[in-house]
Amino acid sequence: MSDAAEKHTPLYDEHVRLGAKIIPFGGWLMPVQYSSIMEEHQAVRNDVGVFDISHMGQLVATGPRAGAWLNTMLTNNLAKLEVGAGQYTFLLNDNAGIIDDLIAYRIEDEKFLLVVNASRIDDDFSWLQSHLPGSPAPGSADVQFEDQSDRYAGLAIQGPRVDELFRNLFGKEKELPARNRIARFDLGATRLWIARTGYTGEDGIEVFFAPTEAPRVWNEILEKGSSLGIRPCGLGARDTLRLEMCYPLNGSDLSPEHNPLEAGLGFFVDLTKPSFTGRERLQREKTEGVARRLVPFRMKGKGPPPRPHYRVFRDGAEAGELTSGTLSPSLNYGIGMAYLTTPVPKPGEEIEIEIRGQKFPAVIEKKPLYKKT
Amino acid sequence: MNVPDELLYTESHEWVRREGDRIRVGITDHAQAELTDVVYVELPKMGGSYEAGGTIAVVESVKAASDIYAPAKGTVVEVNKALESNPALINTDPYGEGWIYLLQVENADQLKALKDAPAYRSSIG
Repeated sequence: MSDAAEKHTPLYDEHVRLGAKIIPFGGWLMPVQYSSIMEEHQAVRNDVGVFDISHMGQLVATGPRAGAWLNTMLTNNLAKLEVGAGQYTFLLNDNAGIIDDLIAYRIEDEKFLLVVNASRIDDDFSWLQSHLPGSPAPGSADVQFEDQSDRYAGLAIQGPRVDELFRNLFGKEKELPARNRIARFDLGATRLWIARTGYTGEDGIEVFFAPTEAPRVWNEILEKGSSLGIRPCGLGARDTLRLEMCYPLNGSDLSPEHNPLEAGLGFFVDLTKPSFTGRERLQREKTEGVARRLVPFRMKGKGPPPRPHYRVFRDGAEAGELTSGTLSPSLNYGIGMAYLTTPVPKPGEEIEIEIRGQKFPAVIEKKPLYKKT
Repeated sequence: MNVPDELLYTESHEWVRREGDRIRVGITDHAQAELTDVVYVELPKMGGSYEAGGTIAVVESVKAASDIYAPAKGTVVEVNKALESNPALINTDPYGEGWIYLLQVENADQLKALKDAPAYRSSIG
């Protein structure tokens, strides 16, 4: 991987100016932390933090058949979305393997916005394009499908003080969209999409707008948030925050080798829909049972933090491996998720994690690993 | 970055303080700043003998586990137990309370390969 191949978000210079440590992620050079993952994590849990999510992709489907077509491509039921609403959903291959997890918004009656993972933009787009109605000879006027990722910068503003920051930015008369809803706002001369969504377990919004406006919007948010204790936050805190909530990370917990039922995310799969890609396989797995399942756990006592790919043992026998692991900044013990062979142990049951040749005790937990008190 | 003049340094960002035929070892201010948030230290085994360049300890941050290498062949005669309950001492006082272990060196000539402070300073830019 060479630097030349990795893209800069429109906020790259701002991150460097703030002293961020930069790492390659999904084809982009992204800030992993500015000051300290622990401090950034706590800012989001206690006050508010802002993340650059400009690397994420935006795919847009428009037209009289756009909704019906997408509903055969995605697992959740798009027909349930009114204009201005969004839902978490999966894009699957024919074997029900996960190509991507994403949020689909109905932004107009016949217009849908898909917000997808950075590293999956090209795969998602080419998969969906090759499955357009009438393909392999598209040209159907019924659905226009476009990759608009280059037209959007994105910020995630997350934390219990997000509503105060919103009022500082837009005035007292404006209302935040309801949970999972999206709406248009103007910040000065900049048009924004604001969605009440996030990846941290805190109240929060995700904001999408023209990349040329990114430094101005970013700095205005930092300025208007300074009295609220706002901090710029990197991918490090994003990972610890999402793992405390057991939100899956694409490429680690989710991949074409895994399906949504194995990942414990059947809630976002509507098997009552007559047809969608991967449905047959999922229906069969639902009846016959999955071979492995993603389960959350925590370490017992003091020990090294668990990490991805560490092996898991149950009653002395190897039972799977971690896909995510870290020290939880909120809980101050190791947490993680692992795919274990079924039947999986129940919450409260003990497993062992092998770390550098030594086995450490851990206990199966329920989702989420962290609950706000 | 703080690089004390009286210490010796390795390529892999350990510092070394000579105490007779023993050396006290930790990680540099530069290394702790790169790692940030040290959350766990796997200390060397008391009485364990290690080769020069061999993995002797592990320092873990939230994001990653980093190996610590022995600067010379020797036997561990003391470890910093305080790091078990407070690994962040490596961040707050890397050259003092954040020391990791004391090594009885077999052949002090091996220490001649280490960098002095000006050389280490220029290597970290």
